[in-house]
Amino acid sequence: MIRLLSLGLFILAWQIGAMALGPHALPTPAAVSATFAGEWRSGDMQLNLGLTLMRVLAGFSLAMIAGSLLGVAMGRNSALDRLLDPWLVIALNTPALVVIILAYVWGGLNEISALAAIALNKFPNAVVTLREGARALDPALDEMAKVFAFSRWRRWRDVRLPQLAPYFAAAARGGLALVWKIVLVVELLGRPNGVGFKMGMAFQLFDLRLLLAYALPFVALMVAVETFVLRPAERSANWWRRHGA
Amino acid sequence: MALEIKGLTKIFPRVNGAAREVFRNFSLNVAEGRVVALLGPSGGGKSTLLRLIGGLDKGFGGTLAIPAGRIGMVFQEPRLLPWRSVGDNLRLAAPGLSEQALGACLAAFELEGRAGDFPGQLSLGLARRVALARAFVIEPDLLLLDEPFASLDLGLHRRLRALLAQRIAARKMTVLIATHDLDDALLLADEVIMLGGAPAQVQHRLMIDTPRPERDENLTRLRALAPFYPSSPEEAGGNSG
Repeated sequence: MIRLLSLGLFILAWQIGAMALGPHALPTPAAVSATFAGEWRSGDMQLNLGLTLMRVLAGFSLAMIAGSLLGVAMGRNSALDRLLDPWLVIALNTPALVVIILAYVWGGLNEISALAAIALNKFPNAVVTLREGARALDPALDEMAKVFAFSRWRRWRDVRLPQLAPYFAAAARGGLALVWKIVLVVELLGRPNGVGFKMGMAFQLFDLRLLLAYALPFVALMVAVETFVLRPAERSANWWRRHGA
Repeated sequence: MALEIKGLTKIFPRVNGAAREVFRNFSLNVAEGRVVALLGPSGGGKSTLLRLIGGLDKGFGGTLAIPAGRIGMVFQEPRLLPWRSVGDNLRLAAPGLSEQALGACLAAFELEGRAGDFPGQLSLGLARRVALARAFVIEPDLLLLDEPFASLDLGLHRRLRALLAQRIAARKMTVLIATHDLDDALLLADEVIMLGGAPAQVQHRLMIDTPRPERDENLTRLRALAPFYPSSPEEAGGNSG
């Protein structure tokens, strides 16, 4: 109820702001809705939102899988950690824009370069989070598994992965927020479609109605994924903590 | 086959550079099917010895001949998987366990109706019983018990000790119990081995011939067999070895 009220207040403030600043500086909610409806009828909205969402999911999945594997390996192998840690620090501090431009220069303006740029930007964060998770694995439980002759598969499935799940969920939540912002820049710089491309076009035409018509549903979609997919996933990763102390 | 330890040397490096030698040329034989209590004060090497026998520490000198077969262990902490139910904790230790065998094992440790509980819902006493049940459910050939009653109040300690005595009597296996409590050693073991000194050596060996069911009523007489060791756990000091 309070959330709905908050949304209503936001739209009201937007309307007042639009009336105060004029339609060129800030279009009204009704004007943006009309543009959105037009894009939807033409099929452009579904196509571009769909393509962007596909890139978010593909880049995010690539980064999470590769980053988690390397993070866990670094957390459990101190020699590998010492070897790769300086690279990780460099990767963490390299601006996203540099990675995107280098990916396009070296790989060409194509979908593979775009996905590589998206994944490479998220990859170091996944490595760092899962490395912390692997470092925090309880050695006492590993010893128990060893004495009771758990197979390698059962040690991972029943002993280690449940301990890593909260770290994976945290990396996923933080990762999605980062990835969808990067995808827009990747599309703006080197793709002929997607929400980022449409925003770039709107910027060149100074068409704020088009810009907001794409930005708002995209943000709403990402919030929905966060609320209805990632948060429940994080809760389920920690479900056993609710069974007593 | 007996458990044979010959010329064992174990040194723990210390952070400040000075090493701590826990065992130097230490030897011990435990005949198959014997229940042996390793008695001694905290830090005396009892837990280290059990960890070496359990294969949890490979950094030692000398030879350890462990009988072939299944090893069960109860640690100082229950070490249950908190994201698995009590029943699943036992099933994971004994893949292929039938529901009937699971129920029987839980009943033997007075855990009826607890199979669906999660470790976070259990008191320490119950969690220790589950840890004992997990060690027994695999039907071990060698059972290692490291201070299995640590941190329990006296009432729970006695109740769990009585349960354990029943389970040990019910099945022939080699058992090593690390304890600092003389009464635990006298009531559970066929043989008490007193470890002491640094590096640790066997200082006394004591055979207990009194049948287990008669030991409780003869505890005062049994304590007199071990004048070298204080009978109160507080006097022996701490609950870790």
